Amino acid sequence: MVEQGSLKMINLDVDVTVIGAGPAGLAAAISARENGAGEVIVLDRNSWLGGILPQCIHDGFGVEEIGTSMTGPEYADMYIKNAEKLGVTFFYETMVLQLFKNHEIIAVNKKGLHKIKAKSIVLAMGCREKTRWDVLIPGERPSGIYTAGVAQGFINLYNIMVGKNVVILGSGDVGLIVARRLRFEGANVKGVIEILPYASGLPRNVVQCLDDYNIPLYLNHTVAYIKGRERLESITIAQVDEKMEIIYGTEKEIKCDTLLLSLGLIPENELSKQVGIEIDTITGGPVVDQFFETTVKGIFACGNCLQVYDTVDILSIGAKQVGKNAAKYAVGETHEKIGFVKVTAGKGIRYVLPQQINKSGKVHFYLRVEQPKKTAVLRVFSGDVELLKKKLPWANPANMIEFDFNVSEKVLKSNKPLEVTIDDQ
Amino acid sequence: MINEKEITCIICPISCKISVRIDGKRLEVCKGNKCKKGIDYARSEALDPRRMLTSSVLVKNGEWPLVSVKGSEPIPKDKIFQVLKQIKQIKVDAPVKLGQNIIKNVSNTEINIIATKSVKRM
Repeated sequence: MVEQGSLKMINLDVDVTVIGAGPAGLAAAISARENGAGEVIVLDRNSWLGGILPQCIHDGFGVEEIGTSMTGPEYADMYIKNAEKLGVTFFYETMVLQLFKNHEIIAVNKKGLHKIKAKSIVLAMGCREKTRWDVLIPGERPSGIYTAGVAQGFINLYNIMVGKNVVILGSGDVGLIVARRLRFEGANVKGVIEILPYASGLPRNVVQCLDDYNIPLYLNHTVAYIKGRERLESITIAQVDEKMEIIYGTEKEIKCDTLLLSLGLIPENELSKQVGIEIDTITGGPVVDQFFETTVKGIFACGNCLQVYDTVDILSIGAKQVGKNAAKYAVGETHEKIGFVKVTAGKGIRYVLPQQINKSGKVHFYLRVEQPKKTAVLRVFSGDVELLKKKLPWANPANMIEFDFNVSEKVLKSNKPLEVTIDDQ
Repeated sequence: MINEKEITCIICPISCKISVRIDGKRLEVCKGNKCKKGIDYARSEALDPRRMLTSSVLVKNGEWPLVSVKGSEPIPKDKIFQVLKQIKQIKVDAPVKLGQNIIKNVSNTEINIIATKSVKRM
Protein backbone atom coordinates (compact mmCIF):
# COMPACT_ATOMS: atom_id res chain seq x y z
CA MET A 1 0.00 0.00 0.00
CA VAL A 2 1.14 3.50 -0.83
CA GLU A 3 0.50 5.94 1.95
CA GLN A 4 -1.54 8.96 1.16
CA GLY A 5 0.59 11.95 0.42
CA SER A 6 3.46 9.91 -0.96
CA LEU A 7 1.96 9.83 -4.46
CA LYS A 8 4.07 11.86 -6.80
CA MET A 9 3.59 12.66 -10.45
CA ILE A 10 6.11 10.88 -12.64
CA ASN A 11 6.54 12.49 -16.07
CA LEU A 12 7.49 10.43 -19.10
CA ASP A 13 7.98 11.29 -22.75
CA VAL A 14 7.96 8.41 -25.21
CA ASP A 15 7.43 7.63 -28.89
CA VAL A 16 4.71 4.99 -28.61
CA THR A 17 2.55 3.98 -25.65
CA VAL A 18 0.62 0.73 -25.91
CA ILE A 19 -2.28 0.20 -23.52
CA GLY A 20 -2.58 -3.49 -22.69
CA ALA A 21 0.11 -6.21 -22.67
CA GLY A 22 -2.03 -9.02 -24.06
CA PRO A 23 -1.20 -10.61 -27.41
CA ALA A 24 -2.25 -7.52 -29.37
CA GLY A 25 -0.25 -5.10 -27.22
CA LEU A 26 2.84 -7.32 -27.34
CA ALA A 27 2.68 -7.69 -31.14
CA ALA A 28 2.07 -3.97 -31.65
CA ALA A 29 4.94 -2.97 -29.32
CA ILE A 30 7.39 -5.35 -31.02
CA SER A 31 6.41 -4.11 -34.44
CA ALA A 32 6.65 -0.46 -33.35
CA ARG A 33 10.26 -1.05 -32.25
CA GLU A 34 11.06 -2.94 -35.44
CA ASN A 35 9.71 -0.09 -37.52
CA GLY A 36 11.74 2.75 -36.14
CA ALA A 37 9.99 3.91 -32.97
CA GLY A 38 12.38 4.97 -30.20
CA GLU A 39 11.02 4.40 -26.74
CA VAL A 40 8.02 2.06 -26.69
CA ILE A 41 6.23 1.40 -23.42
CA VAL A 42 3.40 -1.00 -22.64
CA LEU A 43 1.04 -0.45 -19.70
CA ASP A 44 -0.92 -3.32 -18.16
CA ARG A 45 -3.07 -3.59 -15.05
CA ASN A 46 -2.07 -7.22 -14.41
CA SER A 47 1.08 -8.41 -12.64
CA TRP A 48 1.95 -10.57 -15.66
CA LEU A 49 2.32 -10.17 -19.42
CA GLY A 50 0.36 -11.93 -22.14
CA GLY A 51 -3.17 -11.09 -20.96
CA ILE A 52 -5.41 -14.12 -21.34
CA LEU A 53 -2.69 -16.34 -22.91
CA PRO A 54 -1.25 -17.88 -19.68
CA GLN A 55 -4.65 -19.40 -18.84
CA CYS A 56 -5.15 -20.73 -22.39
CA ILE A 57 -3.04 -23.82 -21.73
CA HIS A 58 -4.46 -25.69 -24.76
CA ASP A 59 -2.50 -25.78 -27.99
CA GLY A 60 -3.21 -24.53 -31.49
CA PHE A 61 -1.64 -21.09 -31.22
CA GLY A 62 0.75 -20.07 -33.97
CA VAL A 63 -0.43 -22.50 -36.67
CA GLU A 64 -1.68 -19.83 -39.08
CA GLU A 65 1.00 -17.31 -38.17
CA ILE A 66 4.21 -19.33 -38.08
CA GLY A 67 3.20 -22.88 -38.92
CA THR A 68 3.91 -24.37 -35.48
CA SER A 69 1.31 -25.30 -32.90
CA MET A 70 2.02 -23.90 -29.46
CA THR A 71 0.14 -23.59 -26.19
CA GLY A 72 -0.99 -20.15 -24.99
CA PRO A 73 1.80 -19.79 -22.39
CA GLU A 74 4.44 -20.79 -24.97
CA TYR A 75 3.06 -18.35 -27.52
CA ALA A 76 3.12 -15.56 -24.93
CA ASP A 77 6.67 -16.44 -23.92
CA MET A 78 7.85 -16.17 -27.54
CA TYR A 79 6.41 -12.64 -27.81
CA ILE A 80 7.61 -11.52 -24.37
CA LYS A 81 11.20 -12.65 -25.08
CA ASN A 82 11.14 -10.86 -28.42
CA ALA A 83 9.77 -7.67 -26.88
CA GLU A 84 12.40 -7.73 -24.13
CA LYS A 85 15.15 -8.28 -26.70
CA LEU A 86 13.92 -5.24 -28.63
CA GLY A 87 13.97 -3.07 -25.52
CA VAL A 88 10.23 -2.60 -25.02
CA THR A 89 9.55 -1.27 -21.49
CA PHE A 90 6.71 -2.81 -19.48
CA PHE A 91 4.74 -1.22 -16.68
CA TYR A 92 3.01 -3.88 -14.57
CA GLU A 93 0.01 -3.37 -12.28
CA THR A 94 -0.53 -0.05 -13.96
CA MET A 95 -4.01 1.29 -14.52
CA VAL A 96 -4.68 3.93 -17.16
CA LEU A 97 -7.09 6.43 -15.65
CA GLN A 98 -7.43 8.93 -18.42
CA LEU A 99 -6.53 9.51 -22.03
CA PHE A 100 -6.39 12.91 -23.74
CA LYS A 101 -6.63 13.97 -27.38
CA ASN A 102 -3.12 15.46 -27.17
CA HIS A 103 -1.78 11.93 -26.41
CA GLU A 104 -1.31 12.50 -22.70
CA ILE A 105 -2.03 9.50 -20.51
CA ILE A 106 -2.63 9.54 -16.78
CA ALA A 107 -1.83 6.16 -15.25
CA VAL A 108 -1.33 4.93 -11.71
CA ASN A 109 0.67 2.14 -10.09
CA LYS A 110 2.37 1.52 -6.74
CA LYS A 111 5.14 4.00 -7.62
CA GLY A 112 2.62 6.80 -8.05
CA LEU A 113 0.80 8.75 -10.70
CA HIS A 114 2.31 8.88 -14.16
CA LYS A 115 1.80 11.52 -16.80
CA ILE A 116 2.92 9.96 -20.04
CA LYS A 117 3.25 12.00 -23.22
CA ALA A 118 3.34 9.82 -26.32
CA LYS A 119 3.76 10.72 -29.98
CA SER A 120 1.31 7.96 -30.81
CA ILE A 121 -0.87 5.60 -28.81
CA VAL A 122 -1.97 2.03 -29.53
CA LEU A 123 -5.16 0.84 -27.86
CA ALA A 124 -4.94 -2.87 -27.04
CA MET A 125 -7.28 -3.22 -24.06
CA GLY A 126 -8.85 -6.46 -25.24
CA CYS A 127 -12.36 -7.45 -24.29
CA ARG A 128 -14.59 -8.67 -21.48
CA GLU A 129 -16.97 -11.59 -21.32
CA LYS A 130 -20.71 -11.10 -21.47
CA THR A 131 -22.44 -11.99 -18.22
CA ARG A 132 -25.84 -13.26 -17.14
CA TRP A 133 -27.01 -9.65 -17.05
CA ASP A 134 -26.14 -9.02 -20.71
CA VAL A 135 -28.64 -11.68 -21.78
CA LEU A 136 -31.04 -11.42 -18.82
CA ILE A 137 -31.51 -15.06 -17.84
CA PRO A 138 -34.52 -15.28 -15.51
CA GLY A 139 -34.50 -16.97 -12.15
CA GLU A 140 -32.90 -16.89 -8.76
CA ARG A 141 -29.46 -15.59 -7.91
CA PRO A 142 -27.44 -18.43 -6.41
CA SER A 143 -23.66 -18.81 -6.42
CA GLY A 144 -22.09 -21.18 -8.94
CA ILE A 145 -22.57 -19.04 -12.05
CA TYR A 146 -19.36 -17.97 -13.75
CA THR A 147 -18.27 -16.73 -17.14
CA ALA A 148 -16.28 -19.43 -18.94
CA GLY A 149 -13.07 -17.41 -19.05
CA VAL A 150 -13.18 -16.70 -15.32
CA ALA A 151 -13.65 -20.41 -14.64
CA GLN A 152 -10.75 -21.17 -17.00
CA GLY A 153 -8.53 -18.79 -15.03
CA PHE A 154 -9.56 -20.34 -11.70
CA ILE A 155 -8.79 -23.84 -12.93
CA ASN A 156 -5.62 -23.19 -14.96
CA LEU A 157 -3.91 -20.45 -12.96
CA TYR A 158 -5.14 -20.69 -9.38
CA ASN A 159 -5.95 -24.40 -8.97
CA ILE A 160 -9.54 -23.67 -7.93
CA MET A 161 -12.17 -26.12 -9.16
CA VAL A 162 -15.47 -24.40 -9.93
CA GLY A 163 -17.93 -27.29 -9.50
CA LYS A 164 -18.86 -30.94 -10.00
CA ASN A 165 -21.92 -30.98 -12.24
CA VAL A 166 -21.59 -28.33 -14.87
CA VAL A 167 -23.72 -26.96 -17.71
CA ILE A 168 -22.30 -24.48 -20.20
CA LEU A 169 -24.45 -21.89 -21.93
CA GLY A 170 -23.03 -20.76 -25.25
CA SER A 171 -20.88 -22.73 -27.66
CA GLY A 172 -18.17 -20.12 -28.17
CA ASP A 173 -14.59 -21.38 -28.25
CA VAL A 174 -13.84 -20.56 -24.62
CA GLY A 175 -16.92 -22.53 -23.52
CA LEU A 176 -15.95 -25.56 -25.60
CA ILE A 177 -12.34 -25.56 -24.41
CA VAL A 178 -13.42 -25.17 -20.79
CA ALA A 179 -15.89 -28.08 -21.21
CA ARG A 180 -13.00 -30.39 -22.08
CA ARG A 181 -10.80 -28.96 -19.34
CA LEU A 182 -13.52 -29.57 -16.73
CA ARG A 183 -13.90 -33.12 -17.98
CA PHE A 184 -10.13 -33.60 -17.60
CA GLU A 185 -10.37 -32.36 -14.03
CA GLY A 186 -13.07 -34.87 -13.22
CA ALA A 187 -16.22 -32.76 -13.49
CA ASN A 188 -19.41 -34.08 -15.05
CA VAL A 189 -20.14 -31.76 -17.98
CA LYS A 190 -23.86 -32.28 -18.57
CA GLY A 191 -24.10 -30.35 -21.80
CA VAL A 192 -23.46 -27.24 -23.82
CA ILE A 193 -26.53 -25.16 -24.64
CA GLU A 194 -26.58 -23.05 -27.81
CA ILE A 195 -29.44 -20.79 -28.87
CA LEU A 196 -28.38 -20.77 -32.53
CA PRO A 197 -28.94 -23.70 -34.90
CA TYR A 198 -25.14 -24.11 -35.19
CA ALA A 199 -22.16 -24.03 -32.82
CA SER A 200 -20.64 -20.58 -32.55
CA GLY A 201 -17.13 -21.87 -31.83
CA LEU A 202 -14.74 -23.29 -34.40
CA PRO A 203 -15.71 -26.72 -35.77
CA ARG A 204 -12.38 -28.15 -34.65
CA ASN A 205 -13.23 -27.28 -31.07
CA VAL A 206 -16.63 -28.95 -31.38
CA VAL A 207 -14.82 -32.11 -32.51
CA GLN A 208 -11.91 -31.97 -30.06
CA CYS A 209 -13.73 -30.77 -26.99
CA LEU A 210 -17.28 -32.13 -27.19
CA ASP A 211 -17.51 -35.05 -29.66
CA ASP A 212 -14.34 -36.69 -28.28
CA TYR A 213 -15.85 -36.88 -24.79
CA ASN A 214 -19.51 -37.40 -25.70
CA ILE A 215 -20.55 -34.06 -24.22
CA PRO A 216 -24.02 -33.26 -25.62
CA LEU A 217 -24.53 -30.07 -27.60
CA TYR A 218 -28.11 -28.75 -27.43
CA LEU A 219 -28.64 -26.54 -30.48
CA ASN A 220 -31.69 -24.24 -30.68
CA HIS A 221 -31.87 -24.28 -26.88
CA THR A 222 -31.48 -21.72 -24.14
CA VAL A 223 -31.57 -21.49 -20.36
CA ALA A 224 -35.10 -20.51 -19.34
CA TYR A 225 -34.70 -20.51 -15.58
CA ILE A 226 -32.01 -20.62 -12.90
CA LYS A 227 -32.92 -22.26 -9.58
CA GLY A 228 -31.04 -22.31 -6.27
CA ARG A 229 -31.18 -20.67 -2.86
CA GLU A 230 -27.50 -20.58 -1.87
CA ARG A 231 -25.72 -22.66 -4.50
CA LEU A 232 -27.11 -23.37 -7.96
CA GLU A 233 -29.44 -26.39 -7.81
CA SER A 234 -30.74 -26.73 -11.34
CA ILE A 235 -31.34 -24.95 -14.59
CA THR A 236 -34.28 -25.33 -16.94
CA ILE A 237 -33.45 -25.48 -20.60
CA ALA A 238 -35.97 -25.05 -23.40
CA GLN A 239 -36.02 -25.22 -27.16
CA VAL A 240 -36.36 -21.99 -29.14
CA ASP A 241 -38.05 -21.22 -32.46
CA GLU A 242 -36.61 -19.31 -35.45
CA LYS A 243 -37.28 -16.05 -33.63
CA MET A 244 -35.29 -17.41 -30.68
CA GLU A 245 -38.40 -17.44 -28.54
CA ILE A 246 -38.95 -20.27 -26.09
CA ILE A 247 -41.27 -23.03 -27.29
CA TYR A 248 -43.54 -23.80 -24.35
CA GLY A 249 -43.75 -27.44 -23.38
CA THR A 250 -40.11 -28.19 -24.33
CA GLU A 251 -38.70 -27.27 -20.91
CA LYS A 252 -36.34 -29.73 -19.28
CA GLU A 253 -34.77 -29.38 -15.84
CA ILE A 254 -31.09 -30.28 -15.46
CA LYS A 255 -29.67 -30.69 -11.97
CA CYS A 256 -26.29 -28.97 -11.71
CA ASP A 257 -24.20 -26.97 -9.25
CA THR A 258 -22.40 -24.83 -11.79
CA LEU A 259 -23.41 -22.86 -14.86
CA LEU A 260 -20.73 -21.41 -17.11
CA LEU A 261 -21.55 -18.65 -19.53
CA SER A 262 -19.79 -18.45 -22.88
CA LEU A 263 -21.94 -15.79 -24.46
CA GLY A 264 -19.41 -13.80 -26.42
CA LEU A 265 -17.06 -10.95 -25.83
CA ILE A 266 -17.44 -7.19 -25.53
CA PRO A 267 -14.53 -5.00 -26.65
CA GLU A 268 -13.32 -2.91 -23.74
CA ASN A 269 -13.40 0.73 -24.80
CA GLU A 270 -14.11 2.89 -21.76
CA LEU A 271 -10.87 4.80 -22.42
CA SER A 272 -11.63 5.15 -26.13
CA LYS A 273 -15.08 6.58 -25.39
CA GLN A 274 -13.69 8.91 -22.76
CA VAL A 275 -11.28 10.52 -25.23
CA GLY A 276 -14.07 10.92 -27.80
CA ILE A 277 -13.17 8.17 -30.26
CA GLU A 278 -16.13 7.18 -32.41
CA ILE A 279 -17.29 3.62 -31.65
CA ASP A 280 -18.87 1.25 -34.18
CA THR A 281 -22.09 0.02 -32.57
CA ILE A 282 -21.81 -3.40 -34.23
CA THR A 283 -18.15 -4.26 -33.53
CA GLY A 284 -18.15 -2.44 -30.22
CA GLY A 285 -14.69 -1.17 -31.18
CA PRO A 286 -13.36 2.12 -32.53
CA VAL A 287 -14.14 3.25 -36.07
CA VAL A 288 -10.81 3.06 -37.92
CA ASP A 289 -9.32 3.86 -41.30
CA GLN A 290 -7.06 1.59 -43.37
CA PHE A 291 -4.13 2.42 -41.06
CA PHE A 292 -6.21 1.42 -38.01
CA GLU A 293 -6.09 5.01 -36.87
CA THR A 294 -9.18 5.89 -34.84
CA THR A 295 -11.16 9.09 -35.24
CA VAL A 296 -8.67 10.77 -32.86
CA LYS A 297 -5.41 11.58 -34.67
CA GLY A 298 -2.42 9.48 -33.68
CA ILE A 299 -4.44 7.00 -31.61
CA PHE A 300 -4.54 3.55 -33.19
CA ALA A 301 -6.51 0.44 -32.20
CA CYS A 302 -5.73 -3.27 -32.50
CA GLY A 303 -6.67 -6.65 -31.11
CA ASN A 304 -9.93 -7.55 -29.45
CA CYS A 305 -10.75 -3.99 -28.39
CA LEU A 306 -11.00 -3.21 -32.13
CA GLN A 307 -12.97 -6.30 -33.14
CA VAL A 308 -13.27 -9.76 -31.63
CA TYR A 309 -10.91 -12.01 -33.60
CA ASP A 310 -11.32 -15.76 -34.23
CA THR A 311 -7.75 -16.64 -33.36
CA VAL A 312 -4.76 -15.04 -31.70
CA ASP A 313 -2.73 -15.65 -34.87
CA ILE A 314 -4.88 -13.40 -37.03
CA LEU A 315 -5.09 -10.87 -34.21
CA SER A 316 -1.28 -10.72 -33.90
CA ILE A 317 -0.76 -10.34 -37.65
CA GLY A 318 -3.16 -7.39 -37.60
CA ALA A 319 -1.63 -5.87 -34.45
CA LYS A 320 1.85 -5.93 -36.01
CA GLN A 321 0.54 -3.82 -38.86
CA VAL A 322 -0.96 -1.41 -36.35
CA GLY A 323 2.30 -1.17 -34.37
CA LYS A 324 4.11 -0.31 -37.60
CA ASN A 325 1.60 2.43 -38.44
CA ALA A 326 1.88 3.88 -34.92
CA ALA A 327 5.70 3.88 -35.21
CA LYS A 328 5.54 5.71 -38.55
CA TYR A 329 3.22 8.28 -37.06
CA ALA A 330 5.54 8.72 -34.06
CA VAL A 331 8.57 9.41 -36.26
CA GLY A 332 6.62 11.86 -38.41
CA GLU A 333 5.96 9.72 -41.48
CA THR A 334 2.27 10.45 -41.52
CA HIS A 335 0.23 9.55 -44.55
CA GLU A 336 -1.39 12.18 -46.65
CA LYS A 337 -5.16 11.88 -46.65
CA ILE A 338 -6.43 12.44 -50.16
CA GLY A 339 -10.15 11.77 -49.83
CA PHE A 340 -12.75 10.15 -47.65
CA VAL A 341 -15.18 7.33 -48.23
CA LYS A 342 -17.15 5.34 -45.73
CA VAL A 343 -17.26 1.56 -45.97
CA THR A 344 -20.70 0.11 -45.26
CA ALA A 345 -21.93 -3.38 -44.45
CA GLY A 346 -24.50 -4.26 -47.11
CA LYS A 347 -26.63 -7.35 -47.65
CA GLY A 348 -25.57 -10.38 -45.61
CA ILE A 349 -22.72 -8.58 -43.85
CA ARG A 350 -22.71 -7.99 -40.10
CA TYR A 351 -19.77 -5.62 -40.11
CA VAL A 352 -16.81 -4.63 -42.20
CA LEU A 353 -13.49 -3.09 -41.20
CA PRO A 354 -11.97 -0.53 -41.81
CA GLN A 355 -15.06 1.66 -41.65
CA GLN A 356 -13.45 4.49 -43.58
CA ILE A 357 -10.74 4.98 -46.21
CA ASN A 358 -8.78 8.14 -46.87
CA LYS A 359 -5.91 7.03 -49.09
CA SER A 360 -5.88 5.12 -52.36
CA GLY A 361 -4.08 1.80 -52.67
CA LYS A 362 -4.41 -1.73 -51.37
CA VAL A 363 -6.68 -2.04 -48.36
CA HIS A 364 -6.99 -5.15 -46.19
CA PHE A 365 -10.62 -5.71 -45.21
CA TYR A 366 -12.07 -7.82 -42.40
CA LEU A 367 -15.71 -8.80 -42.29
CA ARG A 368 -18.20 -11.09 -40.68
CA VAL A 369 -21.31 -12.49 -42.36
CA GLU A 370 -24.74 -12.65 -40.74
CA GLN A 371 -25.70 -16.23 -41.65
CA PRO A 372 -23.84 -19.41 -42.57
CA LYS A 373 -23.67 -19.96 -46.35
CA LYS A 374 -22.68 -23.06 -48.31
CA THR A 375 -21.81 -20.99 -51.36
CA ALA A 376 -21.00 -17.33 -51.18
CA VAL A 377 -20.12 -14.45 -53.47
CA LEU A 378 -18.55 -11.34 -52.06
CA ARG A 379 -19.04 -8.03 -53.84
CA VAL A 380 -17.78 -4.49 -53.43
CA PHE A 381 -19.77 -1.59 -54.86
CA SER A 382 -19.10 2.10 -55.23
CA GLY A 383 -22.59 3.49 -55.66
CA ASP A 384 -24.14 1.20 -58.35
CA VAL A 385 -20.81 0.16 -59.84
CA GLU A 386 -19.57 -3.31 -58.99
CA LEU A 387 -15.82 -3.10 -58.35
CA LEU A 388 -15.12 -6.59 -57.06
CA LYS A 389 -16.80 -9.98 -57.33
CA LYS A 390 -15.19 -12.83 -55.47
CA LYS A 391 -16.38 -16.41 -55.00
CA LEU A 392 -15.84 -17.92 -51.56
CA PRO A 393 -15.95 -21.66 -50.85
CA TRP A 394 -18.29 -21.03 -47.89
CA ALA A 395 -19.07 -18.39 -45.30
CA ASN A 396 -19.74 -18.74 -41.60
CA PRO A 397 -20.33 -16.09 -38.91
CA ALA A 398 -17.77 -17.86 -36.69
CA ASN A 399 -15.04 -17.38 -39.31
CA MET A 400 -13.89 -13.86 -40.04
CA ILE A 401 -13.36 -13.23 -43.75
CA GLU A 402 -10.38 -11.20 -44.96
CA PHE A 403 -9.73 -9.85 -48.42
CA ASP A 404 -7.55 -7.29 -50.16
CA PHE A 405 -8.95 -4.73 -52.50
CA ASN A 406 -7.30 -1.92 -54.36
CA VAL A 407 -9.14 1.35 -53.75
CA SER A 408 -8.52 3.71 -56.66
CA GLU A 409 -8.14 7.46 -56.41
CA LYS A 410 -11.28 7.82 -58.51
CA VAL A 411 -13.34 5.77 -56.05
CA LEU A 412 -11.88 7.70 -53.15
CA LYS A 413 -12.73 11.07 -54.67
CA SER A 414 -16.24 9.99 -55.72
CA ASN A 415 -17.49 10.50 -52.13
CA LYS A 416 -19.75 7.48 -52.66
CA PRO A 417 -19.56 4.93 -49.84
CA LEU A 418 -18.02 1.54 -50.58
CA GLU A 419 -20.64 -1.12 -49.96
CA VAL A 420 -19.65 -4.71 -49.25
CA THR A 421 -22.25 -7.46 -49.74
CA ILE A 422 -22.42 -11.23 -49.62
CA ASP A 423 -24.92 -13.37 -51.51
CA ASP A 424 -25.48 -17.03 -52.39
CA GLN A 425 -24.39 -16.31 -55.96
CA MET B 1 -14.77 -54.01 -45.61
CA ILE B 2 -14.82 -50.57 -47.11
CA ASN B 3 -15.70 -47.80 -44.75
CA GLU B 4 -16.28 -44.21 -45.83
CA LYS B 5 -16.37 -41.34 -43.43
CA GLU B 6 -16.00 -37.61 -43.10
CA ILE B 7 -13.33 -36.31 -40.74
CA THR B 8 -13.19 -32.73 -39.49
CA CYS B 9 -9.56 -31.69 -39.63
CA ILE B 10 -8.37 -30.07 -36.38
CA ILE B 11 -4.89 -29.01 -37.48
CA CYS B 12 -5.91 -25.39 -37.94
CA PRO B 13 -9.05 -23.30 -37.47
CA ILE B 14 -10.17 -23.73 -41.09
CA SER B 15 -11.50 -27.14 -39.97
CA CYS B 16 -11.66 -28.79 -43.41
CA LYS B 17 -14.13 -31.63 -43.76
CA ILE B 18 -12.12 -34.43 -45.34
CA SER B 19 -13.79 -37.48 -46.86
CA VAL B 20 -11.83 -40.69 -46.49
CA ARG B 21 -12.32 -44.27 -47.61
CA ILE B 22 -10.82 -46.94 -45.39
CA ASP B 23 -10.22 -50.44 -46.77
CA GLY B 24 -8.68 -52.43 -43.93
CA LYS B 25 -5.40 -50.67 -43.22
CA ARG B 26 -5.49 -48.85 -46.55
CA LEU B 27 -6.77 -45.34 -46.55
CA GLU B 28 -7.68 -43.10 -49.41
CA VAL B 29 -8.31 -39.40 -48.97
CA CYS B 30 -11.06 -38.44 -51.35
CA LYS B 31 -11.60 -34.72 -51.05
CA GLY B 32 -11.98 -31.72 -48.79
CA ASN B 33 -8.46 -31.09 -47.52
CA LYS B 34 -7.03 -27.66 -48.28
CA CYS B 35 -3.46 -28.59 -47.42
CA LYS B 36 -1.12 -31.56 -47.15
CA LYS B 37 -1.31 -31.60 -43.36
CA GLY B 38 -4.96 -32.57 -43.75
CA ILE B 39 -4.02 -35.84 -45.47
CA ASP B 40 -1.72 -36.83 -42.61
CA TYR B 41 -4.34 -35.86 -40.06
CA ALA B 42 -7.12 -37.79 -41.81
CA ARG B 43 -4.90 -40.87 -42.03
CA SER B 44 -3.95 -40.79 -38.37
CA GLU B 45 -7.50 -39.95 -37.26
CA ALA B 46 -8.91 -42.90 -39.16
CA LEU B 47 -6.23 -45.45 -38.26
CA ASP B 48 -4.58 -44.26 -35.03
CA PRO B 49 -6.43 -41.32 -33.43
CA ARG B 50 -4.24 -39.10 -31.25
CA ARG B 51 -4.67 -35.78 -29.48
CA MET B 52 -2.34 -33.13 -28.18
CA LEU B 53 -2.89 -33.26 -24.44
CA THR B 54 -2.44 -30.25 -22.23
CA SER B 55 -3.07 -29.97 -18.50
CA SER B 56 -1.38 -28.57 -15.42
CA VAL B 57 0.81 -29.88 -12.63
CA LEU B 58 0.95 -28.73 -8.99
CA VAL B 59 3.93 -26.57 -8.02
CA LYS B 60 5.49 -26.25 -4.56
CA ASN B 61 6.97 -22.89 -3.52
CA GLY B 62 6.13 -21.23 -6.82
CA GLU B 63 4.83 -17.78 -7.72
CA TRP B 64 1.89 -19.73 -9.21
CA PRO B 65 0.33 -22.89 -7.69
CA LEU B 66 0.32 -24.62 -11.09
CA VAL B 67 2.49 -25.01 -14.13
CA SER B 68 0.90 -25.72 -17.51
CA VAL B 69 2.16 -28.85 -19.29
CA LYS B 70 1.79 -30.69 -22.59
CA GLY B 71 2.69 -34.01 -24.14
CA SER B 72 5.85 -33.88 -26.26
CA GLU B 73 3.84 -35.72 -28.96
CA PRO B 74 0.13 -36.32 -29.57
CA ILE B 75 -1.16 -39.02 -27.21
CA PRO B 76 -3.27 -42.02 -28.32
CA LYS B 77 -6.89 -41.04 -27.70
CA ASP B 78 -7.63 -44.13 -25.62
CA LYS B 79 -4.77 -43.34 -23.21
CA ILE B 80 -5.77 -39.75 -22.40
CA PHE B 81 -7.42 -40.41 -19.04
CA GLN B 82 -4.65 -42.78 -17.98
CA VAL B 83 -2.08 -40.04 -18.69
CA LEU B 84 -4.18 -37.40 -16.92
CA LYS B 85 -4.31 -39.61 -13.82
CA GLN B 86 -0.52 -39.77 -13.72
CA ILE B 87 -0.24 -35.99 -14.28
CA LYS B 88 -2.50 -35.39 -11.27
CA GLN B 89 -0.28 -37.40 -8.92
CA ILE B 90 2.82 -35.25 -9.58
CA LYS B 91 4.00 -32.21 -7.65
CA VAL B 92 7.09 -30.31 -8.77
CA ASP B 93 9.28 -27.92 -6.84
CA ALA B 94 9.74 -24.38 -8.19
CA PRO B 95 11.53 -23.00 -10.10
CA VAL B 96 10.18 -24.68 -13.23
CA LYS B 97 11.53 -23.77 -16.65
CA LEU B 98 9.57 -23.79 -19.90
CA GLY B 99 10.49 -26.98 -21.76
CA GLN B 100 11.49 -28.82 -18.57
CA ASN B 101 10.71 -32.54 -18.51
CA ILE B 102 8.05 -33.18 -15.86
CA ILE B 103 7.24 -36.86 -16.53
CA LYS B 104 9.32 -39.14 -18.75
CA ASN B 105 7.62 -41.89 -20.76
CA VAL B 106 4.17 -41.14 -19.34
CA SER B 107 1.98 -44.28 -19.09
CA ASN B 108 4.55 -46.15 -21.21
CA THR B 109 3.68 -44.14 -24.29
CA GLU B 110 7.31 -43.05 -24.87
CA ILE B 111 5.90 -39.54 -24.69
CA ASN B 112 7.16 -37.01 -22.16
CA ILE B 113 5.15 -34.43 -20.26
CA ILE B 114 6.89 -31.06 -20.47
CA ALA B 115 6.31 -27.64 -18.90
CA THR B 116 4.88 -24.99 -21.22
CA LYS B 117 5.58 -22.12 -18.84
CA SER B 118 8.27 -20.95 -16.42
CA VAL B 119 7.31 -20.59 -12.77
CA LYS B 120 9.66 -18.67 -10.48
CA ARG B 121 10.39 -19.76 -6.93
CA MET B 122 8.68 -17.59 -4.33
